[in-house]
Amino acid sequence: MDYHAPTTLDAAVDILAGASGDCRVLAGGTDLLVRMRSDMAHPDAVVDIKRIASLRTITEEDGGWRIGAAVCGAEMGEHAGLRAAWPGVVEAAQLIGSTQVQGRATIVGNLCNASPAADSVPAMVAAGALARIAGPEGIRDVPVEEVPTGPGKTSLGHGELVASIFLPDRAERSGDAYLRFIPRTEMDIAVAGCGVSLTLDEDGGIIRARVALGAVGPGVMVVAEAGRMLAGSHLREGGLQQLATICSAAARPITDKRGTEHYRTHIAGVLARRAAVIAYARAGGTLE
Amino acid sequence: MALDTKQDTRTEFKIVGTRVPRPDGIDKVTGRARFGADMSAPGMLVGRVLRSPHAHARIVSIDTAAAAALDGVHAVVTRADFPDIPLDAALADIRDNCMAGAKALYDGHAVAAVAATSESVARQALKLIKVDYEPLPHVTDVDRAMDPGAPALHEGRTDESVPEDMSPNVMARYEFGHGDVEAGLKKADRVLRRTYRTEATHQGYIEPHACLAQMGPDGQADMWCCTQGQYMVRDTCAAILGLRQGQVRVTASEIGGGFGGKTTVFLEPVALALARKAGRPVKMVMSRSEVLRATGPTASSSIDVAVGMAADGRITAGFAELRYQGGAYPGSPVELGAMAAFAPYDLENVRTIGWDVVANRPKQAAYRAPGAPMAAFAVESAIDELARGFGLDPLEVRLRNAAREGTRSAYGVTFPAIGLEATLRTARDHPHWGAPLGDNQGRGVACGFWFNFGGNTCVSLNIASDGTVNVTEGNPDIGGSRASLSMMAAEELGIPYEQVRTVIADTASLGLNDVTDGSRVTFAVGLATIEAARAAKREMCRRVAGLWGIDEEAVVWKDGAACPAGPNAGDHDPMTLAEIAAIAPNTGGPIAGHHEVNAEGAGVSFATHMVDVEVDPETGATRVLRYTVFQDAGKAVHPDYVEGQFQGGAAQGIGWALNEEYIYGEDGILQNPGFLDYRIPVASDLPMIDTVILEIPNPGHPYGVRGVGETSIVPPLAAIANAVSAAAGVRMTDLPISPPKLRRAIETA
Repeated sequence: MDYHAPTTLDAAVDILAGASGDCRVLAGGTDLLVRMRSDMAHPDAVVDIKRIASLRTITEEDGGWRIGAAVCGAEMGEHAGLRAAWPGVVEAAQLIGSTQVQGRATIVGNLCNASPAADSVPAMVAAGALARIAGPEGIRDVPVEEVPTGPGKTSLGHGELVASIFLPDRAERSGDAYLRFIPRTEMDIAVAGCGVSLTLDEDGGIIRARVALGAVGPGVMVVAEAGRMLAGSHLREGGLQQLATICSAAARPITDKRGTEHYRTHIAGVLARRAAVIAYARAGGTLE
Repeated sequence: MALDTKQDTRTEFKIVGTRVPRPDGIDKVTGRARFGADMSAPGMLVGRVLRSPHAHARIVSIDTAAAAALDGVHAVVTRADFPDIPLDAALADIRDNCMAGAKALYDGHAVAAVAATSESVARQALKLIKVDYEPLPHVTDVDRAMDPGAPALHEGRTDESVPEDMSPNVMARYEFGHGDVEAGLKKADRVLRRTYRTEATHQGYIEPHACLAQMGPDGQADMWCCTQGQYMVRDTCAAILGLRQGQVRVTASEIGGGFGGKTTVFLEPVALALARKAGRPVKMVMSRSEVLRATGPTASSSIDVAVGMAADGRITAGFAELRYQGGAYPGSPVELGAMAAFAPYDLENVRTIGWDVVANRPKQAAYRAPGAPMAAFAVESAIDELARGFGLDPLEVRLRNAAREGTRSAYGVTFPAIGLEATLRTARDHPHWGAPLGDNQGRGVACGFWFNFGGNTCVSLNIASDGTVNVTEGNPDIGGSRASLSMMAAEELGIPYEQVRTVIADTASLGLNDVTDGSRVTFAVGLATIEAARAAKREMCRRVAGLWGIDEEAVVWKDGAACPAGPNAGDHDPMTLAEIAAIAPNTGGPIAGHHEVNAEGAGVSFATHMVDVEVDPETGATRVLRYTVFQDAGKAVHPDYVEGQFQGGAAQGIGWALNEEYIYGEDGILQNPGFLDYRIPVASDLPMIDTVILEIPNPGHPYGVRGVGETSIVPPLAAIANAVSAAAGVRMTDLPISPPKLRRAIETA
């Protein structure tokens, strides 16, 4: 196996584009190295992107935040500006693994691993985040939900990698939240997850909302109907129940060792309701 | 000499009962401690096992030629390399479990193994082994395995206790009890009949099995491994490989948990067979997935209970029929479950029937009080439901029926002094019992019993010329035994704890020591250590008597020194242990004490657990809010370790009750062979587990010690289920009470 550690993004793209066999991008390695050790992945080459300085930073850009592909969860958690603007995305990133894993794992890795249960992805999707993809043809920006295409599969072409995530400028009176359900309190994988991001008017009415579900379908799901329902509402009890019903109806889970279809469908609604309440409070809204 | 040789239980101590620093602490926190996988030898090869991907299959053929020809491969073994020597049934089953014969009996069953120069070569070699399997129908559920038409794992293995028309998967029947259950049930104001189920759980020890084996051309073998019993490893490997026991020397490594799961062998005979064939040392280390698929979890169970209760809480009769599947071979702990089920109670009419069943799952191994937690879950749930139904206090109901000194137990013996009532009274008077509960919260209690064990034990105590003392014993330390043995030796000799170091010897250094199990070590090895110290004291008194020119009887041992027994013995200054040791070469040579015993009188143990939980009715998630363990320790030699045992048992029981389970697919393949989906509790899942140590001395031990390691896992399954049932308003009879299961019960209630 060949190990590459380029220091520029262009060099990384060149190596990926020139590779003939199975060539993988290595950031934190919390998925890739585990798969290799357990005899489930056998790459011919690995491109470690941690020495590319531009991918190691969180920078302010057009009022939003750009997070490099090699930034780990712990670094996101220590970034006051990012935490203030997008607490839901940060809390989602910080649900991944243990303290030790937090020192390695990245949200880009979480996205490109393309697990339907990835914790940071519904939060990024709710946030309207963009993934910047670098490749032989140059740079392109796509909504994060377009990167994973199915369990373990992405839309990335040959020679492409996700270089950064962009979280857009935050309007006044906005809040986001991510909740997942796991049978334990930590160190577990989502049975269902839900990210909610919303913006309020001065009276506490919701102007805009995005709701995304994880682990209840082959990939992250944007529940557009939930966003439309929330917009214009004040998040009263009837609305919360309606939100839960819409999200449960949107869920398309499978039955497996982590939960039944029936249970996950129900939990998707419960989580949506609870996440919306947190996001609403973070946006400055007050529930009666 | 005038040493007191009576077995009166001592009650005054200087060292026993204190919290001295543990001797293994620094090594473990600095990483210096050497566990199984830390051992290495020059020229060592890596051994790996090929495992069955089928739940049940006939092995038509195995072609190892390509693997053996691979560069770097030094040996390949299959069952053909394990000589078909006659063994008793239990050993033959271990051989078959370590390396499959005619059939692979479960997902993960070993079918071949290789030894190669590296991990990657070994993995490559496994892929070159061609096994022709003929898949067979399988069964993994205990009740389905008992269906007369179920796929049969073995033919002709059934014990004569089993009726002929039953499935050949039913291996044995056990029955215990006395009185007339039907008559007793008729006297009841209410009879509760319920079926309870528990899933198989794994001990979840941190350290996977690991072993290093070597054998020279002279046939002398050495092994280093992570085990609860080096003598068991020696004797088992010798029998399976046709060696003499004395040819095999086994050294136990530091051990990262066992809980019963390391009281048998999985890798060791394979490693030794590979080493013999390769002529080089072979090291084998299991992955976590191998640990879960192919070592020994406990049994899953299905239990029918009928309990009759009068309106005043008196139990008029108790009946339980227990069905345990213990994996692919006979030997589930159902007999112990049937004995322990009603053991806490003084019953006129009681009967239990146990069925030992095989299924296409890994061969079960001991797990902390094997067989008892499931039985207690069933019986304690039933008693709780009856008590609540009558509006009675569940602790008072248990007190009303509690076994005490003189009670004829449900399994036959008459109890000596026991601590059950003390734990119940202490629980009733504890602030936890009356503490307020909030919405969606519930409190549960349950009792538990364990037999405890003594067994074969051999200890040497050697005194160096500067007065330091080494205790040499033969049981791996899985619960603080080095500390407690050093404390008991120091106490008996009258010297500081720091002057004693206890080491665990290899099999060539001492006579037979039974495995570290049955909560036996602090009791039995402690007893032998005290007796070895007494032997050394007798010898020192004899030496001093010679120096002083008086009779041995005129010298006594007091406060770490030999002293004249009284004024008639003459005027002599006391001689300390160090002073006697310094001149030992002039008084007859080195000073040591030994003791060998097959210890009896272990003393049964009881506990009462109390737990508060909060249920989230929308998700079915249960949070454990508060937990208190009340248990009789006889005498707590080192209270930190005793509390740790209480807490550890409770923690494992909480996992068993709430989230741990072996999940099999329709294909008979284990779905969750890893700690991601086999959910042991993490630290944040648990509250601080409070402990109350009670000390009702065990008359069978010079210091009153009882084993404490196992009883603590017996009550928590029922205590949690009782608390959850109270909080959620639905009775949960099926473990684990995972969130989907509880949510479903709440929805359909």
